[in-house]
Amino acid sequence: MATPLIQISGLEKAFTSNESWLSQWRFRHGKLTRHKDSIHALNGVNLTINQGETLCVVGETGCGKSTLARAIMGLTTPSAGEIHYLDQRIDQLNNRQRMFFRRRMQMVFQNPYASLNPRMTVYQTLSEPISFHNPQFSQSQVDEKIDELLESVGISASSSDRYPHEFSGGQRQRISLARALSVEPDFIVADEPLSALDVSVQAQVLNLMMDKQEERNLSYLFITHDLAVVEHFATRVAVMYLGRICELAPTGTLFSAPKHPYTQALLSAIPRLDSNTAQPIRLIGEVPTPTEKPIGCVFQARCPYANQRCYEASPAMTLQSDGSSVACHAIEEGRL
Amino acid sequence: MNLLSVSHLHVNFHMKEQELAALIDVSFTLNRGERIAIVGESGAGKSVLGFSIVNLIGKPGYIKSGSIKLENKEITKMNLRQLQEVRGKRIAMIFQDPMMTLNPVLTIGDQLVETIRSHTKISYKDARNIAIEKLHHVQIASPEKRFDQYPHELSGGMRQRVIIASVLLLNPDIIIADEPTTALDVTIQAEILQLLLAICRDNGVALVLISHDLGVVSKVAERTLVMYAGHVVEEGPTLEIINDPQHPYTQGLLNALPQMTLPGQRLNQIRGSMPSLAERPSGCAFHPRCPYATQKCRQEQPRFIYSGVSSVACFLVEDMLNEFADKDKEAS
Ligand SMILES: Nc1ncnc2c1ncn2[C@@H]1O[C@H](COP(=O)(O)OP(=O)(O)OP(=O)(O)O)[C@@H](O)[C@H]1O
Ligand SMILES: Nc1ncnc2c1ncn2[C@@H]1O[C@H](COP(=O)(O)OP(=O)(O)OP(=O)(O)O)[C@@H](O)[C@H]1O
Ligand code: SF4
Ligand SMILES: [Mg+2]
Ligand SMILES: [Mg+2]
Repeated sequence: MATPLIQISGLEKAFTSNESWLSQWRFRHGKLTRHKDSIHALNGVNLTINQGETLCVVGETGCGKSTLARAIMGLTTPSAGEIHYLDQRIDQLNNRQRMFFRRRMQMVFQNPYASLNPRMTVYQTLSEPISFHNPQFSQSQVDEKIDELLESVGISASSSDRYPHEFSGGQRQRISLARALSVEPDFIVADEPLSALDVSVQAQVLNLMMDKQEERNLSYLFITHDLAVVEHFATRVAVMYLGRICELAPTGTLFSAPKHPYTQALLSAIPRLDSNTAQPIRLIGEVPTPTEKPIGCVFQARCPYANQRCYEASPAMTLQSDGSSVACHAIEEGRL
Repeated sequence: MNLLSVSHLHVNFHMKEQELAALIDVSFTLNRGERIAIVGESGAGKSVLGFSIVNLIGKPGYIKSGSIKLENKEITKMNLRQLQEVRGKRIAMIFQDPMMTLNPVLTIGDQLVETIRSHTKISYKDARNIAIEKLHHVQIASPEKRFDQYPHELSGGMRQRVIIASVLLLNPDIIIADEPTTALDVTIQAEILQLLLAICRDNGVALVLISHDLGVVSKVAERTLVMYAGHVVEEGPTLEIINDPQHPYTQGLLNALPQMTLPGQRLNQIRGSMPSLAERPSGCAFHPRCPYATQKCRQEQPRFIYSGVSSVACFLVEDMLNEFADKDKEAS
C-alpha cells in the first residue's frame, strides 16, 4: 500500500484562556492559588489520510473539528503529538519551511466572511497565489487561469473586479474554493465548505471537487455536518466527540452499521425530507465543555450504556470484523 | 390582519456603472405565529429580503419601491428611532454570519447583559443570572465559564447559540433567521430547531426561516417561498412543494439533493449557473438553465398563477393549466 499522505498520531491541543495574569489567582480553601482555565480541544487524535481519498470528519459542534484542521495546516501549534506529510514531520516547521507545503496543502475555511481579504477584489485574491506559484506565467495566462477557475466554481468571470462584500455567502465560499484550487494542491482541508450553499450550488461544488480529485488524485479532509453529503462523498468517515475519534469506518459500513453509541445517535438525528422517520435518539445530559482532560470514555456522561469501567478507563480504538474501528467498552465487552 | 405584509417590493443596488435589481416584485404575507421558509439559489436575494424587512439594507442597496407593513405600520417610511424600536422589540434577526451580531471585543456575557439592561432596569447581578439561564436554555455547557469568554474563543456553533440566546431575551413577534443552523451539526441542529419551534409555538412568535436545507425546512415551516434571481418563483405549503414541485427550478433544486443519486456518482446539478445581477436574462430569469424553455420564456416574464398545489411563475405550468381549462370547456 502507498504511504499515507497525512499521518497524525497522539495529537493534543489545549487552549489556555487569555485571562490576565492577575485574574488567574483564586482564593480557595483559605489560600491563594493560581488557577489557569484551559480547554482541551484535542485529546489524542490518531488518523491517517490516504492519497486520493476523501476523509470526512463529523461530530458535535465544539468537538474539535476545526482545531484538527487548523493543526494539520500549521495554523495552530499542537500541545502534543505528531503530524507527518508523506515522510516529513510538519507540525513543528517554521514559517519559511512551511512555504513549501503551502502549495501542497490548502484550506477552505468554515467562515467565508472572515477568510477573504475585504480590501482585495476577487481578481487580486486569485492572481496573487497564481503568479506566486507559477512565476513563468504571463499576465494573460494568469487572467485566463482566473477566468477558468471562476467559471468552474460557477461565478461569472465578469465579476472578478468586485470585492467580497458584494457577494452572497455562498458566492464567497465558492471564491474561497477557487483560491484553494488556484495553486493545484495535493491536499485540501475543507472546513464546512458547503454550509453556506444551497443544494444546487452544493451539487455543482461537490461535482467540481470530485472531478478535480479524479483528475489529479487529490485528497480531501472534509469537515461537514451534512450527513447526506458525507454518505455521498466520503471514502471513510471519522466521528469525533470531545477531541477524540470514537469511530472510523468506510462510509458504507458507517451508515449501514453504525456502532458507537454516539454515532448511532448522530445518524438518527438527520432531518429527512419525508417527515415520518423514526424518532431521533435524544441524547441525555449536556454537551460537556472539555475543561478537564477527560478520564475514561469521552462520551460517558451522555451514554446510555456507560458502566463503571467507562468512567475510569479510556476505551482504545479496536478494529471490527467489518473494517470499522470503534472506541467503546460496551462494544468490546459485547454489551452492545 | 396580517402581522407582516410585503407587497411588490423592489430592492436595488446603486452601483457606479449601473443600477442592479436584487429583488423584483416580491410579495408575501405572514400571520401571527406562522412559520414560513425562504429557499433558493445562493445569491438569489434571500438575505437581501431578510435585511429589507427590517429596513437594514445597507448602501449601496436601497428599497426602490413597494411596501412592507408590520400590522398597519409602514416600515419603509419609518424614521431611525421607530426602526430601532421595531428591530429591538418586534422583529429579531439571526444572521448567517454570527460575527455580524457579536462584538469581538466584548465578552459574550457583557453583550447579553447589555441587551437585557437596555430593555429593563435591573442590576448587573440579576442580568447576569438571566443571561446565564438563557445560555443554559440553548444548551451551552458551563455557561458561567462561557459568560466571560470572547466570541473568538467559541466554536462556530456555540456562537450561533449565543445569538439565539440573545434573541430569546428580546421576546419578539417575528424572528427572521437567516441560515441559523448551517454551522451546527445535526444533533444540535435538531435541538436548536426544536428550541426555535418551541419558542415560536409557546409565545405565538412568527418565524421567517431562510435556509437551503430542505430537510430542515420541511420540519419547521408551514409555507415555503422559492426564490431565484431576485424573484419569488414558487410559493405554497411546504410539503406540497417538496412532494410535487411545479417550477422547473424547484424541481432542479430537489433533484440536486445527494439522496437523489447513488453514493460516489456525480450529483444532478442544474446546468449553468445563476447569472450575476448585472447579467439578468430577458423573459423568465431561469430560461437559460431551464430544460423546458420556449421562445415565449425568452421574451416575456411569466405571471404568478395558482396551479392547484402552489403559486408558480412559469409558462410551462400556465400553458398546461390553460390546456386543461380548454379541455374542460370542450367537455361541458
Ligand atoms: N482560540 C481559542 N481559544 C480558546 N478556545 C478555543 C479556541 N479555538 C477553539 N477553542 C475551543 O476548542 C473547542 C473546539 O473548537 P473547534 O472550533 O475546533 O470546534 P468544531 O468541532 O470545529 O465546532 P463547530 O462544529 O461548531 O465548528 C471548543 O470548546 C472551543 O471553544
Ligand atoms: N453590497 C452589495 N453590493 C452589490 N451587490 C450585492 C451586495 N450585497 C449583495 N449583493 C448581491 O445581491 C444578490 C443577492 O444576495 P443575497 O446575499 O441576498 O443572496 P442569498 O440568497 O442570501 O444567497 P446565499 O444563499 O449565498 O446567502 C447577490 O447576487 C449578491 O451578489
Ligand atoms: S465506552 Fe462506555 S461510555 Fe463510551 S460509548 Fe461505549 S459504552 Fe458508552
Ligand atoms: Mg468548526
Ligand atoms: Mg444569504
